[in-house]
Amino acid sequence: MEPVLAILVGLLVATSVYLMLARNVLRFLFGLVLLSNAANMTIFAAGRQTSTAPPLVPPGLEGPVAEVANALPQALILTAIVIGFGLLSFALVLVFRGYQTLGTLDSDAMRTAEPLEVPSETRSEPS
Amino acid sequence: MTASVVPADGDGSGVGRDRRRPGDGLAWLVALLPAALTLYFATLLPAVAAGESLRFAAAWVPSLGIGLTFLVDGLSLTFALLISGIGAFVTLYASLYLAGNPQLGRFMLTLQLFMVAMLGLVLADNVITLFVFWELTTLASFFLVGFDHDSPKARRAALQALLLTGAGGLALLAGLILLGSIAGSFELTEILTRGELIREHALYLPIFILLLLGAFTKSAQVPFHFWLPNAMAAPTPVSAYLHSATMVKAGIYLLARLHPAFSGTDAWIWSLTLFGAATALFAAVVALRQTDLKMALAYTTVMALGTLTMFLGAEATVAVAAAITFLIVHSFYKASLFLVVGILDRQLGTRDVDHLGGLARAMPITTAAAAAAAFSMAGFPPFLGFIGKELKYEGALAIASEPLLVAGAAVLANALMVAVAGIVAFRPFFGRARATPKTPSEAPLRLWIGPAVLASLGLLFGLAPSLIADSLVQPAVAAILGRPESIKLALWHGINLPLLLSLLTFALGLAIYAGHGALRRALATAETRLPTNADRAWDGLMDGIKRLAAWQTRLLQGGLLRRYLFTVFASFALLVGATLLITAALPAALTWPDLLFKHWVVVALIAAGAVTTARARSRLVAVCALGVVGVGIAMLFVMFGAPDVAITQLLVETLVVVLVAVAMLRLPGLEQGRRAAAGRHLDALLAGSVGLVVALLVLAVVETPMDNRVTAYFEQTSVPEAFGRNIVNVILVDFRALDTFGEVAVVAVAALGAYALLRGTLRRRSP
Repeated sequence: MEPVLAILVGLLVATSVYLMLARNVLRFLFGLVLLSNAANMTIFAAGRQTSTAPPLVPPGLEGPVAEVANALPQALILTAIVIGFGLLSFALVLVFRGYQTLGTLDSDAMRTAEPLEVPSETRSEPS
Repeated sequence: MTASVVPADGDGSGVGRDRRRPGDGLAWLVALLPAALTLYFATLLPAVAAGESLRFAAAWVPSLGIGLTFLVDGLSLTFALLISGIGAFVTLYASLYLAGNPQLGRFMLTLQLFMVAMLGLVLADNVITLFVFWELTTLASFFLVGFDHDSPKARRAALQALLLTGAGGLALLAGLILLGSIAGSFELTEILTRGELIREHALYLPIFILLLLGAFTKSAQVPFHFWLPNAMAAPTPVSAYLHSATMVKAGIYLLARLHPAFSGTDAWIWSLTLFGAATALFAAVVALRQTDLKMALAYTTVMALGTLTMFLGAEATVAVAAAITFLIVHSFYKASLFLVVGILDRQLGTRDVDHLGGLARAMPITTAAAAAAAFSMAGFPPFLGFIGKELKYEGALAIASEPLLVAGAAVLANALMVAVAGIVAFRPFFGRARATPKTPSEAPLRLWIGPAVLASLGLLFGLAPSLIADSLVQPAVAAILGRPESIKLALWHGINLPLLLSLLTFALGLAIYAGHGALRRALATAETRLPTNADRAWDGLMDGIKRLAAWQTRLLQGGLLRRYLFTVFASFALLVGATLLITAALPAALTWPDLLFKHWVVVALIAAGAVTTARARSRLVAVCALGVVGVGIAMLFVMFGAPDVAITQLLVETLVVVLVAVAMLRLPGLEQGRRAAAGRHLDALLAGSVGLVVALLVLAVVETPMDNRVTAYFEQTSVPEAFGRNIVNVILVDFRALDTFGEVAVVAVAALGAYALLRGTLRRRSP
């Protein structure tokens, strides 16, 4: 499964980069969601898919009987999913607020902090 | 508080202004520090003269082999005595010269800082310690040259010196680290015993070039000479101290210090001889061209530095003895002459040679000091300068490789020096009196004592050369050559070739002096014909750097989010892709897994969802496709034994779709800011490259053997130690509970931030 997951991760990253390079910030957000998913899949692939059994310990025993799925990447992905969600929610509110203030979703038009004028060249001190 | 707004004078000298503050009158007390140091170093003379070298050590960074270790041998003691001795007179001089300047305290402090740094530089045994002090002298020089910070000229000169010698310092650091690593020690005492190993090492030439860059920038060798004349924007005591007697000789010191380990190779001989000769001749000619006394002296300093470099290129004992003797001679007379020029500037209000004349009657002591220094400079007997010059000629003739080149350069440079000595120390004092801005009057004691004593020393040591021959010159030469030497200095050597060359020098020098008016005009015309000079080339370089910075800032940081991202992603693809190729970490062969039909369906679903999201023109389609991707991934989790993750993924995915959909109700569609077709294709190309690199990276990762120890540990201890049967849950809330706490904190902060952003809108809507 791992090679297929690797190629899938590549595809997810490619689409997310394409979306994030867009001028429309809503597309950028979609790219962010895909990138989070790609990151999670990377962790998942790195943990290998050796077993399809959930990592559980049967009642009365001290450890899992047969081989179970790798528990560590699962725990990491759980954390990553939640943090990714936090990031997305905040970014969404930022886009929303940005639109209310600036009236546009085009990132090229959001230039309050860095206006378009070319900065005048700094001259050397007269000698 | 008023002090900070008072503009300084042209020279920072406070001429014609008296804003003394309480305590300024005691500034001369500062001179006690260098005076005490001089006495201390003098007590070390007997031991060093007996051939001993003293070492002082304190640990600093022992793990890196860096220590505060200091070495006192003939070479370092000669420098230390010059630095502290001249430092005492210069400090005394400055206490009056700058009296009334509101910044006198700052000046005195920086001057003493410089002295300590310079002493550390010449005494350090550890090369890293040496480098630290080397840079400290650069910094102190920056503050001293830029002392008159209201003047753009002084600021420019200070910055130029800082950048140029600082760049040389970086090269020096690289060279010293390489040197330490091949010699196996950072201690000079160790390094200098491994000359054989160093000279035959493959890295000898790179190290040598790096060290030369450091030495040549510091000691103003062509083509790095131009900062030194510009540094004359500093107050005169600084020029006398840093830019003639001490700091500019740091490069010379370095070359002399490394002589036992580096000299004797073709690279050493030719680079030092040629650069030294070129510097000496160029500077001597340009010195003639100057009318400002200070500038004329500055160029003769460059000339002296070139001469010293040239002689250090040689192996012959007498050549090295010539270098050391000339070093001492030069420090005495050049410091004196600078201080004299400062006196003229302060007492008369000008230092232009064309406006000075006949001052001997009004300023007898200054005149005597200037004359004594000038005689030493011109090399007349019985001054020490004569011995120095004779030694130079003897040394030049003893150089095996290029005696004619060195001797020729030395004679020509010395002849020009005779002429310049006449211009600087004869014309202002004798002949027709000229009108000066101020009426001539003798300088106070604190001003003339320094030049008078230093110039007298030139005479005293000339009459009794044995005073310095055994105690300073001989041990210094032994230290430079790394072998015991016996040096005798004498005024009279009999009638020989050096004496004839001396006579030739005098004749030539007097001829040049007689005709220097015409020569100066000719040089001035020639100068205007030159397309550029090093100073202007420097400005061009600086402007070029600024333009490059502006250009790359506009290119990379144009304020467009897309461009920033494009740069980041392109760098990622290039750097990681190149690393994969170079380290040959590319996956070898794909072992295609045998997957069930359901697996392929889910993978195809995710792929289709991702591509649809990227291509969608309608928001609704995009959000739906995004949901398909999320749900597909949740299904993968289910199929490969991760039900907990799948549940979370489904929940979050649902929330994302709902949130985005709600937000979209109040946002316009995706049509805003649509990219042009060409831009889209370029973006797609980059996106594809990044995706490819990531895919290869993950493939390479999953090819490496799996290390399961952490998971195995969790599996074994989950029930006995944490009493949980769901291993993933146990990891989250027990083994890695702090991570989970951090995760909760992140979500809380995101929620707070979102609330803060939305608060304004919520309030506006409420009535």
